[in-house]
Amino acid sequence: MLLPQLRRLAPLAYRGLSSQSAAAVPNSTPLQQTVTVVPGDGVFPELLDATKQVLKAAGAPLAYEQVYVSDVNRSLSQPLDTLMESIQRNKVALMGIMSHPTYGSDLASSSMRLRRKLDMFASCVNVRSMPGITSRHKSINLVIIREQTEGEYSALEHETVPGVVESLKIVTRKNSERIAKFAFDYAVKNGRKRVTAVHKANIMKLGDGLFLESCKEVSQLYPGIELENMIIDNCCMQLVSRPEQFDVMVMPNLYGNIIDNLASGLVGGAGIVPGASYSHDCVIFESGARHPFAQAVGKDIANPTAMFLASANMLNHLNLPMHGRRIRQAVFRVLEAGKCQTRDLGGHARTSEFTYAVINNME
Amino acid sequence: LLQLCQPSYKMPSHQLLLQLMKRPSQLLQASRGLSAAAAGGTRTVTLIPGDGIGPEISNSVKKIFAAAKVPIAWDEVDVTPKAIDSVNKHGIGLKGPLATPVGKGHRSLNLALRKEFNLYANVRPCRSLEGYPTPYKNVDLVTIRENTEGEYSGIEHIIVDGVVQSIKLITETASRRVAKFAFEFALREGRRKVTAVHKANIMRLSDGLFLKCCREEAHKHPGVEFAEAYLDTVCLNMVQDPTQFDVLVMPNLYGDILSDLCAGLVGGLGVTPSGNIGESGAIFESVHGTAPDIAGKDLANPTALLLSGVMMLRHMQLGEFADRIEKACLDSIGDGRARTKDLGGGATCSQFTDTICSRVA
Repeated sequence: MLLPQLRRLAPLAYRGLSSQSAAAVPNSTPLQQTVTVVPGDGVFPELLDATKQVLKAAGAPLAYEQVYVSDVNRSLSQPLDTLMESIQRNKVALMGIMSHPTYGSDLASSSMRLRRKLDMFASCVNVRSMPGITSRHKSINLVIIREQTEGEYSALEHETVPGVVESLKIVTRKNSERIAKFAFDYAVKNGRKRVTAVHKANIMKLGDGLFLESCKEVSQLYPGIELENMIIDNCCMQLVSRPEQFDVMVMPNLYGNIIDNLASGLVGGAGIVPGASYSHDCVIFESGARHPFAQAVGKDIANPTAMFLASANMLNHLNLPMHGRRIRQAVFRVLEAGKCQTRDLGGHARTSEFTYAVINNME
Repeated sequence: LLQLCQPSYKMPSHQLLLQLMKRPSQLLQASRGLSAAAAGGTRTVTLIPGDGIGPEISNSVKKIFAAAKVPIAWDEVDVTPKAIDSVNKHGIGLKGPLATPVGKGHRSLNLALRKEFNLYANVRPCRSLEGYPTPYKNVDLVTIRENTEGEYSGIEHIIVDGVVQSIKLITETASRRVAKFAFEFALREGRRKVTAVHKANIMRLSDGLFLKCCREEAHKHPGVEFAEAYLDTVCLNMVQDPTQFDVLVMPNLYGDILSDLCAGLVGGLGVTPSGNIGESGAIFESVHGTAPDIAGKDLANPTALLLSGVMMLRHMQLGEFADRIEKACLDSIGDGRARTKDLGGGATCSQFTDTICSRVA
């Protein structure tokens, strides 16, 4: 009874190995793989420059196809379609965070439209305590899996009469089951034991109720993985008091945004946690907590760790694990030594100094 | 005076303002919904002890209030429709924890109280307790949550099988009301900054409207600093450095999440008070559970309810008593000898109560 219902879900396993043939990609030599690079807003163009230097030093055989899309710098922005085509062709992108301004003619920002149109349904952020970074909580290692095509981010809003606004939150069984399956697949693949569904089904009985019910149904296909559920407000309280208890967490869109940031804050901030967004066939590697950090533009003070680690994850995904390991180890070595820390971690090092330190620490 | 006060709940605002200019002190009482006795006389307050540990901690609060000679008489009622009548009569109430309803019962009381008195603002102060260390130091902030609409509007429907639409409702009236309250609260409590927490970059119209109302109220209250922040940024910064925040005002869901998050920073719901402010009444309550496992064993910690009572006293302009009781409570926790089990001590509820009583007397 359960299986036929789930069978209609397309196979979801995200790509562990690159199946992409290098020859099919234009303007790259047979040894190179092309990735789309989106500089983003705020400090991210600077951080991506630094990341490219690190990728070069690691000897990663990559070619870049850079597309600039921005909601705050419209005159320089390329069409969103150009970016979508590029990502669809290359299947892999390294992306800076785009600003979502509170104004604009469209209710949805470019970043939201990109994720919706490419169907980048799953955001996956692994938040871990890192060596050399002092934080209030130790031994955190949790994974936040966030549905990011619907929910509160549906951009369906209207002013019914002046002074009364309705904003729709859409929850569908199809997408809820899909994200739940992604979470359980992730747990199986990474040897994790427990999935926590985060919701507010006691108040939003139908919407979050459907999400929770979908998680429960999918969990029956994974007898080896335990499912528990937690209400979002309690979950936040637990995160600041006993974050070690969490393993894999799966949740709708807005809660994911909250938990991503909260958990990143627990281990040292937005500057050090990498993330990724998955569709059926494309992956975008990006920062886990999405802050453009616009107040630091041009000051050479932002922490590039998150983007370095995201690029290392990208290399793993491209079946270049040796290069990925080279970057990751160098980053951890610099962090652990604690001599070159950017301002967010209490040090005085500049972005460029940290970048050189990482490059100098590569094997 | 009674005649003056009672009907004034329903007075249009311009009339109220007019009256306020003529007789400020009396009207202030009236607008706060106090059962007005002559100034300096005893006021009556509804007490709903609640379930589980509720009766014990309510007794503890009564004892401490009596020891401090607070000019308050309690009208103790059970969780029945009578509770509503009582709060209606006195305009102010203190409520212990209610058991989670199975099917029916208490939730309807919470809901009924909220509807009846239009409890539009939920106020939750969070302060680090001296002597009960958590990883977060020097937290001192207040979350103010819009409590009548937003994501919890309760409007949901199934469009087709497998597609649900939940409506988040934001109105100008409710947003302005809570924003205004936040600024007035900040002024009254001597706080310097109000931060509006929103997600107007994603929900441009609905949160945009909320933000607009906050901005307009900020203009009207130049004495208080105003800031705006995205919900996700607040969460990120909150766990890194909670001391940068003061008063936070936000729509329903964000407030629900942030108030519990902040309670987590200072030691959980057992030590954080809560107040629900309405247009025609105010209910102060402890938001922790009923703890049925320790009910009747004299092990419960009355701090949350006691501090809620302190908030209530401030709301009734009995600040002097409030300060004294609050100090006694915090000092008792601080010196560590009479700490209850949940705070890592070995004292019983009555020992803890007696310690506070001896300090307020």
